[in-house]
Amino acid sequence: MIGFLIQRILQALMVVIAMSIIVFLGVYAIGNPIDVMIDPASDQALREALIQRYGFDRPLIEQYFVFMSNMLHGDLGESFIYRLPVLGLIMSRLPATLELALTAMLIATCLGIPLGLWAGYKPDSLSAKAIMGFSVLGFSVPSFWVGLLLIMVFAVELGWLPSGGRGPTTEVLGMNLSITSLEGWSHILLPALNLALFKLGLLIRLTRAGTVEVMSSDYVRFARAQGLSEGKVVGLHVLKNISIPIVTVFGLELGSTLAFAVVTETVFNWPGMGKLIIDSITVLDRPVMVAYLILVVFLFVMINLVVDLIYGQLDPRIRVKAAS
Amino acid sequence: MSDAVLRVNNLQTQFQTRAGVLKAVDGVSFEVARGRILGLVGESGSGKSVTGYSILGLIEAPGKVAGGEIILNGQDITRLKGEAMRRVRGAQIAMVFQDPMMTLNPVLKIGTQMIAAVRAHARVSRKAARARARDALAKVGIPSPEERLDAYPHQLSGGMRQRVAIATALLHSPAVIIADEPTTALDVSIQGQILAEVRRLADETGTAFVWVTHDLAVVSSLADDICVMYAGRVVESGPADSVIASPRHPYTAGLLASVPAEHEPGTRLPQVPGSTPSLANLPSGCAFAPRCAKAGPACTTTPPVQHFEDGRTALCHYPIEPVSCPPLSLTSTTYRSAS
Repeated sequence: MIGFLIQRILQALMVVIAMSIIVFLGVYAIGNPIDVMIDPASDQALREALIQRYGFDRPLIEQYFVFMSNMLHGDLGESFIYRLPVLGLIMSRLPATLELALTAMLIATCLGIPLGLWAGYKPDSLSAKAIMGFSVLGFSVPSFWVGLLLIMVFAVELGWLPSGGRGPTTEVLGMNLSITSLEGWSHILLPALNLALFKLGLLIRLTRAGTVEVMSSDYVRFARAQGLSEGKVVGLHVLKNISIPIVTVFGLELGSTLAFAVVTETVFNWPGMGKLIIDSITVLDRPVMVAYLILVVFLFVMINLVVDLIYGQLDPRIRVKAAS
Repeated sequence: MSDAVLRVNNLQTQFQTRAGVLKAVDGVSFEVARGRILGLVGESGSGKSVTGYSILGLIEAPGKVAGGEIILNGQDITRLKGEAMRRVRGAQIAMVFQDPMMTLNPVLKIGTQMIAAVRAHARVSRKAARARARDALAKVGIPSPEERLDAYPHQLSGGMRQRVAIATALLHSPAVIIADEPTTALDVSIQGQILAEVRRLADETGTAFVWVTHDLAVVSSLADDICVMYAGRVVESGPADSVIASPRHPYTAGLLASVPAEHEPGTRLPQVPGSTPSLANLPSGCAFAPRCAKAGPACTTTPPVQHFEDGRTALCHYPIEPVSCPPLSLTSTTYRSAS
């Protein structure tokens, strides 16, 4: 078990290093940040001074090692634009994205799994067909359009919920959260729903496919032959067997929601990380881009590690393979 | 046999398909008494497994039990619906399936699955349920049952898993266990052990078995009585010894003739020509007639049930005359009780 963990953490480290090189090179190739940072009318002396200050005159490889060694000391550099430490900048936006993504995943899971189970349990019923139709809409209708529609209906026409922004936040464990207050919830509901829609469609289809397969298996038939109630058959046999693909997709989706919730964040003017990275890309704010992408890689790697650990808990056969 | 615990009477199970109504089981009748083993024999597609599933009410749409009675302990269970049928399944009648690799859920411990089976019918604590599961495992000859409860199915061999399945079926001491080819997927040596175990359980607990199989050697060594099925009908039935010694239906005779054990090594095995007819396209009259050497003009009409000595029956216009040669044996072992 510990060997497995160490192996996975080493792998994760390799991914982070590889990623940092790719990102560093890629961003370097995009263009010279100096052109964006200073007034084009400023003189050559100021230009030179800035280039000196940020070390752009040094070889790329040296710049990379300086960046990496700073990172190991917990210093991801300073934003060219905000003139603030990058880490603090990202961390100030992280809670907003975190609560949005988690709320969206919660909605998608709490609705998606029961609906998918039902659609797989009674695949020929009218309700199952309606659920499947809805799930197709869920992941084929563009997210920004649904977002606008939600604002039109619930914020503009009905006036039940605010159209954007984060509302009041309270500090919990050093993070500013809005889900602690009712008004915060009214702000988060629409963007979370918007973000959840795609995942909801995905989870419904995934759960249904697994359920259909497991329901026709011999062990479900055997369980029924023992007189287990249908609730027990689904709750005990089906749920545990379909959970592996669900956990996989849940992990992937959680990662991508955290990293790339940018469309929803833009539509609902949600001050999360997605908006930060898009702004940084437009102004070539290299430290923010690099640090952000490394953080994303780190998130994905951590989520996948947790998913792998959960696999072992869900399926004993995987545990055996990992041990051998 | 008036002391039958299970009596199937003119059972009809049909599947609604685009090609029309398929009569997978068409007027099957048989009965089993306490502690007896009935061998339900037939080729693939003869309706023997569907008969088993029908008895447990496990036929899924588009199939349904369209007629007949299934009298279990004096109660017609074809009339039971939903929860009432669930109370019967597993408690009064249980089932064991063909492939032990597939009948146990791979991600749940043996104990978890057996405890669920115990608590489906008995309001007992988890601890008591576990004790019952352990006793059941011990009863089917599983060594160190306590540890096996914490094992996952993949940690057990095929024979062990089938014993677990049988132990699970035995949990509530059902009157009847339907066994759907439970030894087909196992090694011959393991098969022998399981058959001996089943015979002992039938004798000791009084549980009756309906042993669905295509393997005449298994039936001849295990069953007390035989029903031979062909295209959804029972074509011949009677005491196992007597049917195997002197089959009256040409199909049974053909099946017996194609068992290798009886023949000189190196000689060509006789076989039943042709293959089982599609249920969607059954010949009128006797379904076996196109493959039958004895078929005559009368075979285009539905054959009558002919009754013979020892309560034997055959569904045939031209039954074979009884032979008086000494009973042949298909295997050297027998798991039948001395009685």
